[in-house]
Amino acid sequence: MLRVGVVSFPGSNCEEETLRAARRVGAEAVGIWHRDTTLNGADVVILPGGFSYGDYLRAGAIARFSPIMAAIRRHADAGGAVIGICNGFQILCEAGLLPGALMRNAGLHYQSRPVDVRIERTDTIVTRAYRAGQVIRIPIGHGDGRYVAPPEVLAALEADGRVVLRYAGQALDAPANPNGSMHDIAGICNPAGTVVGMMPHPERLADASLGSDVGMGVFHSIAASFAGAA
Amino acid sequence: MKYRVHVRIMPRGGLLDPAGQAVEHALAALGFAEAGNVHLGRAIEIDLEASSEAAAVARVRAMCERLLANPVTEDYTIEVTA
Repeated sequence: MLRVGVVSFPGSNCEEETLRAARRVGAEAVGIWHRDTTLNGADVVILPGGFSYGDYLRAGAIARFSPIMAAIRRHADAGGAVIGICNGFQILCEAGLLPGALMRNAGLHYQSRPVDVRIERTDTIVTRAYRAGQVIRIPIGHGDGRYVAPPEVLAALEADGRVVLRYAGQALDAPANPNGSMHDIAGICNPAGTVVGMMPHPERLADASLGSDVGMGVFHSIAASFAGAA
Repeated sequence: MKYRVHVRIMPRGGLLDPAGQAVEHALAALGFAEAGNVHLGRAIEIDLEASSEAAAVARVRAMCERLLANPVTEDYTIEVTA
């Protein structure tokens, strides 16, 4: 049975929503404490959103040195699935598991609203259940979401098709790109598509009673990625 | 020897610095229109024991590379006093 682990750091949020969404696709979902040193048998590790360590120094900069991170790095290096949502994306960049960095939003304001993002690639562990080019409306909540990378890194990401999600369209008459991200990047992955970081919060829109459960696609994708292996 | 080390971390030139721009606009609104190219960074002070000033700088440089500065977006300078 697919086992999904969700890591809690001091200041994480949405762990319960993430665990619940994973259970809805038939996975066994377990919490992992940041001071743990093993992944508790998880096939997929999710670093959730929030403000680990109060975003002191830089978002994700201190969480990156939590004891659990060594196990996560080993898992990722061995081809294991690691997903960072919002603060989790920031942590993966700080840890060097994904390239680039997430800086203060261009408009300085914290952005808590829906955005439209285009699914740029459907062969990753989080996008299999969507259609290529599909635009989904999904929540964000962040103050440091401006994706920045050197020109050669951006060029490589584009050439290799490693931009997984891109801000697109005009959600609720607000600017499509909510934070000034270079190339409108909302999510990227490693070359194998097994380590993914994204600023949107799929677990926050994972129940039809909210009017949309479009975020469940991320969790269906995870389940589908492991359907053959289980 | 004990050294007092001052680390100055600044956003890398060329990258958008919205906080610096906001302060620059506020200064202009207050009548300091001659102020330009305003940037906001971070200052960190550290006391540490080291065998020499060069050794102290080397240790703090390692701290910057590993934690204090983000190599993708920030540059830093190190100054030692006392």
